[in-house]
Amino acid sequence: MLDLILTQMLNGMASASSLFLVASGLSIIFGVTRIVNFAHGSLYMLGAYLAVTLVGAFGPASPLGFWGGILLAAFLVGLIGIVIEVVILRRIYQAPELFQLLATFGVVLMVQDIALAVWGPEDRLGPRAPGFKSFVMILDSRFPSYELFLIAVGPLVLGLLWFLFRRTRWGTLVRAATQDREMVGALGVDQRLLFTSVFGFGAALAGLGGALQLPREAVTLHMDLSTIAEVFVVVVVGGLGSVGGAYLAAVLIGVLHAFGILIFPKITLVLVFLVMAVVLIVKPYGLMGRKPAATLPGAAGIEPLLTPATPGAKLAGLAALLLLAAAPLAVSDAWLLTLTELVIFALFAASLHVMMGPGGMASFGHAAYFGLGAYGAALAVKWLGAPMEPALLLAPFLAGIAGIVFGWFCVRLSGVYMAMLTLAFAQIAWATAFQWVELTGGDNGILGVWPSAWAVPKAVFFYLTLAICAASVLLLRRLVFSPLGYALRAGRDSPLRAEAIGIDVMRVQWAAFAIAAFAAGIAGALFAFSKGSVFPTYLAIPRSVDALLMVLLGGVQTVSGPVVGAFAYIGLSEQLVKLTPYWRFTLGLAIVLLVSLFPRGLVGGFLAWRDRRDAGDPAR
Amino acid sequence: MEPLLDISGLDARYGQAQILRGISLSVGRGEVLALMGRNGAGKSTTMKAVMGLVPPSGGTIRFDGRRIDGREAFEIARLGIGYVPEDRRVFSELTVMENLSVGQRPPRQGAPHWTPERLFALFPNLAAMRDRPGGAMSGGEQQMLTIARTLMGNPRLLLLDEPSEGLAPVIVQAMARTILALKGEGLSILLSEQNLHFAGSVADRAAIIEKGEIRFDGTMAALKADAALRAQYLSV
Ligand SMILES: Nc1ncnc2c1ncn2[C@@H]1O[C@H](COP(=O)(O)OP(=O)(O)O)[C@@H](O)[C@H]1O
Ligand SMILES: [Mg+2]
Repeated sequence: MLDLILTQMLNGMASASSLFLVASGLSIIFGVTRIVNFAHGSLYMLGAYLAVTLVGAFGPASPLGFWGGILLAAFLVGLIGIVIEVVILRRIYQAPELFQLLATFGVVLMVQDIALAVWGPEDRLGPRAPGFKSFVMILDSRFPSYELFLIAVGPLVLGLLWFLFRRTRWGTLVRAATQDREMVGALGVDQRLLFTSVFGFGAALAGLGGALQLPREAVTLHMDLSTIAEVFVVVVVGGLGSVGGAYLAAVLIGVLHAFGILIFPKITLVLVFLVMAVVLIVKPYGLMGRKPAATLPGAAGIEPLLTPATPGAKLAGLAALLLLAAAPLAVSDAWLLTLTELVIFALFAASLHVMMGPGGMASFGHAAYFGLGAYGAALAVKWLGAPMEPALLLAPFLAGIAGIVFGWFCVRLSGVYMAMLTLAFAQIAWATAFQWVELTGGDNGILGVWPSAWAVPKAVFFYLTLAICAASVLLLRRLVFSPLGYALRAGRDSPLRAEAIGIDVMRVQWAAFAIAAFAAGIAGALFAFSKGSVFPTYLAIPRSVDALLMVLLGGVQTVSGPVVGAFAYIGLSEQLVKLTPYWRFTLGLAIVLLVSLFPRGLVGGFLAWRDRRDAGDPAR
Repeated sequence: MEPLLDISGLDARYGQAQILRGISLSVGRGEVLALMGRNGAGKSTTMKAVMGLVPPSGGTIRFDGRRIDGREAFEIARLGIGYVPEDRRVFSELTVMENLSVGQRPPRQGAPHWTPERLFALFPNLAAMRDRPGGAMSGGEQQMLTIARTLMGNPRLLLLDEPSEGLAPVIVQAMARTILALKGEGLSILLSEQNLHFAGSVADRAAIIEKGEIRFDGTMAALKADAALRAQYLSV
């Protein structure tokens, strides 16, 4: 028993090392550039893939071939990081947070397709490390010596980072820039060089973390998102910007995982949650983090205020609704199916908009609630034998309850912290659907989720969807202009003043979070019945990004925006998927281009253009 | 001889609000110019515009005969302009020595060369706290540290934004002695000030700014002699 505990402990610490490398890289980059690099998991994945190739080419049997391959892989990932910084990030340091996050997300999508094209869809197994192929006896158990090596890597890198930051001029500059970039520039330091080197360094750390995993686990195309989600949890628990905190949290999470899997495999995730909950209650900015300095107003600051619809707009809305209602008379069943989906996505986007627009809360994991709605419906049909009507009624509650639980954590944070946490939760929801095969069928999904007989005809189901979605969107709209909505906007614009007039901002945000989740659940449940099946991809991160793009495309601060955005976005992406198998790359590229060409958003870009025109200064 | 710093017709704005309107000023070699005016008159903005921290929207700025408007802050610093901001902005996590090392640049022709040891001679207080974090120092000590940090770049021109603000009277006196010592080293200084007594004890010339426009430019003696002018622009 004792040796089991000991070996699990050591196992956890071994996996903590890689986690720490990635998390510390993310933290260092964030400290200086204020950008949370969502692509850090992708750099980790690239490190692992590159190491497979390089070690294979150099000869895995010789120590030089193996270790040379690992180190070169990390170095190359550092170079890739530099390219990303110079080509993309450099253009968007002034952009609102949300756009920066989105741009690094574009990189995630691009890297996924690049990895798929270069290394193929099959998982890759790495060789074992020369010199570390044996076992060490610990009490009565055999423990792989490579694990011991990995355990040593964590503190070793921690010490190295300490030396770098405390004893070199570069480290001093990085720490100074973390506090006051502008002042560092005014003292004659070229910030561009500093930023680029910091990004390259942080990327190399992630690459090394990935490469070192080679002898431990298979290299897969899922590594990027699963790693980034775990790293976000680590960083939130440890405190963004603190390297020591990252180590502490990585060990904590790593060991927790190791024990969780041993004792109650199904609720490991719950354990991680509980720990995170305790930490966030006691120290909202993590074990060793500090309250972040006030950030610049995000996308919300740029766009015009929300105003209730004018009579003209109401008329236009009514006309659009009537036009949709007339559609079944004019179009084929295939088109009707597409229209049904469009209407569902409009509700999905509108639900996210309630959080992002009036709430000012960016979610990178809204698909969790859409997906839970879908799974709620499918599980009710499959396991309870429920017909469509009660399933539709029940399903949103699964999403709503998840919203209440996850939201409780998320509203404790703000800005990028919150975005990170929403993504981590969505990834956990996805992992549950993907791995709990007995319940969810895993990757194969759940099939046979069909509507009741009366609703089977495409036109009937379309009307059902239209009625439910239109009613839901109108209710969400009402919410925005209700006392709750006003309180929400007050909390977004000036949390301190809102608190002063007696608004419990956190509670209001929590309520909005839960309502948004519930509404997304309605959309998800309808989607399940329109497709007849559910899959884990329904709650995967790319779907969350879809929702974000719909909202951003339509404009964050207009209530009708998300609906329009949903139609525009789905229309475009359906075409994209038809045109190219590498749609992720194309979509990622489109996001990156959009953000770097319009770093202040489409509407922000338009307003700036109008200002310049009105100032009568065509030269600028 | 041409002035070291020559500002001509400088405009600057924050978004829609025009803050500086056609500022023209010059600082001669080895000269101390006091830029005076009430809170919000545009003193800090002028300095930031010179430093490239606020992009000028019109006019020109020449340093040692070279155009510097439109350049980035780090380039301007490397040309030999040292900036000491009004709100101090020491790196609070970094020790005194580390703060100094951030400012360090190679020696420069025609400018005094500073080392930590020389600076500790100029600011004896700092010598005793080399390893103290900037955040754990008093306001006066932080002000000294910011100046010392900027001097590590061996500037030829120093932009000092309200160095006496919020300091105890004895420290203000020490500050005046320091500025005179720097002038003695041959440094040119553009000083922003509201305290006439302090400015009068260190500056050769004075300029008065009000609502982003220069209202007076002349010798310190002329300003001291003109009570009406002082009452109009400087009384608090
Ligand atoms: N970052 C800023 N954004 C907008 N307005 C500013 C900003 N900084 C200063 N101002 C405005 O510019 C004017 C001049 O300010 P400043 O140059 O700081 O004056 P001074 O240093 O003489 O007190 C003031 O009206 C101030 O409100
Ligand atoms: Mg000022």
